[in-house]
Amino acid sequence: MFSSPTVRVSFLFVAIALVALLFADIAITAANPWKDLGRFFMGIVTPDFFSSEGVAVALLRTVAFAFVGVALGSLCGFVLSLVYRNPVVRTFCAFIRAIHELFWALIFLQFFGFHPLTGVLAIAIPYAGIFAKVYSEIFEEADPSPGRLLPPGTGVVSAFLYTRIPDCWVQLRTYTAYRLECGLRSSAILGFVGLPTLGFFLESAFSQGHYSEAGAMLILFYVLIATMPLWVKPKLLPVYILGAPFFLGEGLPIVWGNVERFFTQDIIPSPLRNGDGVGGLVPWLGDVMANEALPGIWNTLVLTQIALVATGLIALLTFPLISNHFGGPVRRTGGHVFLVIARSTPEYILAYILLQLWGPSMLPAVIALALHNGGIIGHLIGRQSSAIQLRPDAITGFNRYTYELVPRVYRAFLAFLFYRWEIIMRETAILGILGIYTLGFYVDSAIQNIQFDRAMVLIVITALLNIGVDILGRFIRRKLALQTMPTC
Amino acid sequence: MALNMIRKFAAASVVFFACSAAVSAETLVFTAIPDEDETKLVERFRGIADYLSENLDVDVRYIPVKSYAAAVSAFRNNQVQLAWFGGLSGVQARSLVPGSEAIAQGVEDQAFYSHIIAHKSTGLDEAEELPEALRGKTFTFGSKGSTSGRLIPEYYIREAFNEAPEDVFSRVGFSGNHTRTLRLVEAGTYDVGAINFSVWDKETKDGNVDTDAVKVIWTTPSYPNYQWSIRGDADERFGEGFTDRVQQALLNMKDEELLNSFPRSGFIPVSNDAYKPIEVVGKQIGIID
Repeated sequence: MFSSPTVRVSFLFVAIALVALLFADIAITAANPWKDLGRFFMGIVTPDFFSSEGVAVALLRTVAFAFVGVALGSLCGFVLSLVYRNPVVRTFCAFIRAIHELFWALIFLQFFGFHPLTGVLAIAIPYAGIFAKVYSEIFEEADPSPGRLLPPGTGVVSAFLYTRIPDCWVQLRTYTAYRLECGLRSSAILGFVGLPTLGFFLESAFSQGHYSEAGAMLILFYVLIATMPLWVKPKLLPVYILGAPFFLGEGLPIVWGNVERFFTQDIIPSPLRNGDGVGGLVPWLGDVMANEALPGIWNTLVLTQIALVATGLIALLTFPLISNHFGGPVRRTGGHVFLVIARSTPEYILAYILLQLWGPSMLPAVIALALHNGGIIGHLIGRQSSAIQLRPDAITGFNRYTYELVPRVYRAFLAFLFYRWEIIMRETAILGILGIYTLGFYVDSAIQNIQFDRAMVLIVITALLNIGVDILGRFIRRKLALQTMPTC
Repeated sequence: MALNMIRKFAAASVVFFACSAAVSAETLVFTAIPDEDETKLVERFRGIADYLSENLDVDVRYIPVKSYAAAVSAFRNNQVQLAWFGGLSGVQARSLVPGSEAIAQGVEDQAFYSHIIAHKSTGLDEAEELPEALRGKTFTFGSKGSTSGRLIPEYYIREAFNEAPEDVFSRVGFSGNHTRTLRLVEAGTYDVGAINFSVWDKETKDGNVDTDAVKVIWTTPSYPNYQWSIRGDADERFGEGFTDRVQQALLNMKDEELLNSFPRSGFIPVSNDAYKPIEVVGKQIGIID
């Protein structure tokens, strides 16, 4: 068994996670965790749709921010994808997508404040980086032969429009539509830092124990995502995109002087700002590294590795729920509902809920990351397993799972898992804002102390860490010859 | 024809933007640190907005924010001109906006204090000094930027134990606000927490505290806290003497219901200097550069 490289790599990562568990802070600190969880589920089954006047508006704003952000991101991403061969562009895109939407929002909040632009850019910028990468991959895989048939002297633009675009159109469209769903999730969580989207009201309802109100908001959000195929129609898209900017809310006016101040003063390291010169920079950086960056990096890595393996476990456990090789239509429908809920709930919201119920430790974060990401991968490989044709006399029951299906989907499973490695780490860092001591905790603390210079150093470190894991993940996938389509 | 349309459209948008700018110039926007449950804050400050707009003859709008830093940033960025800050957030905000002034504080804010509260399972009783038995317990502050929920309690914990809170306690958290600190310690999620006396008294009086589950075990010496701060350029923007009028309006507030919502018995004049002690402590702990 250990002769197979995929098995060896799997066990290596399991071993790393087990070691990480020794260092992790895993505990349920709440005195009555189950009672609170019960109250929360009561809230979900007794949703109160009319308690808060703001919910309808919040949903509208959530959709509006998602549309504007994703549209702008895909436009910029498309332009960048055309020059993606350029290493500078490549690095730039890797950098902007390595910074989480919430970090972008926290940065823009400091100078645009509560202007709609803050939310729009927070989604558009990282999405542009992702779109650039995926679009360029789609273009690269396009069939080059139509281009060769063009008469000599055909312009570059014509050639591109008439040979590349038609060939790639379906994939571009599918991926962009998929990304819109991610955009809705991103838009919802921006509310947690004060933008007028769903997260704003969800946080208020939840922190005050108004579970029926919170339940209603979650249900509306699931319905919104589940019904996307019904209301996102190609013909209606121009209407949505042109209309959405008018539903972002007016916010507060931008004061442009703040932008200049942010870039010329706020983010300049304080020793330079106070005239201590480059000499003062070393102890300052040393302090940031020793007291904030290193503990943050350590906790981020520990949590990421545990969450990665937990994600894998959840995916392997849940994919049979929707696979048509097990159980009947009733079980499959139940499985679909569970996986839709797991993957539509942003990790941040799941982690927030579990942290409120169980008290602070890495446990709620691990469960949240594993449920969300495991739900996505479980859904994908479950669908894939349904496409497998088994022999009529194939073994049944547990042996069918262990000896037939898991080996057949295992490579695809690993590919998705390593693809999501970087995504899990990005989320892990951000969960620090909720009070787990990952990098996000220190970024949030620096911002709370109005020390944007420190916050920027920590955000850049987080980005570099993500880029590192992304490179490592790609290296492993290449070594194991694993192929995958992007997920978000 | 087309050109004409574009011209008309451009003219219309200029007028439109000019109007919206004119409207916003007359709106006084204020915020407050989110130190309690949001529903309570929105109720309280909508009342204040109505009261101020009646007394000042300008539109007054309240903007709720999600963090102390967001309140400070909005003030600094001139997106709000007036704010109800805590001691620390006020010091931070005024140091970032030259000319800004603390204009009024609550009567109770001259000598504010914080309680350390504990869950019954700890077996701790009220004491004169912070008990050694706190060591190894789990502990929650309020918000990271809170004066009464973080700064002052941290100062006295450091003084008593000569160590950082992370070293004294087995787990240190930030609940977000005072109401949540109360709920978390009451539920036993944290053994011990820091809360301001004002929220504690009000919640106890309203019968929202399970006094069998949680009790006060220590109280800090007093310090200056909450205040209304206004930007230095308010007169320039809203007209000569505006700052004085805002101050007068706040000092003249007699509406029982409004005052009870804080809860404060009334507002009195204050100056920036009153918050020197907070600045000193903030620097000692490293929250202020």
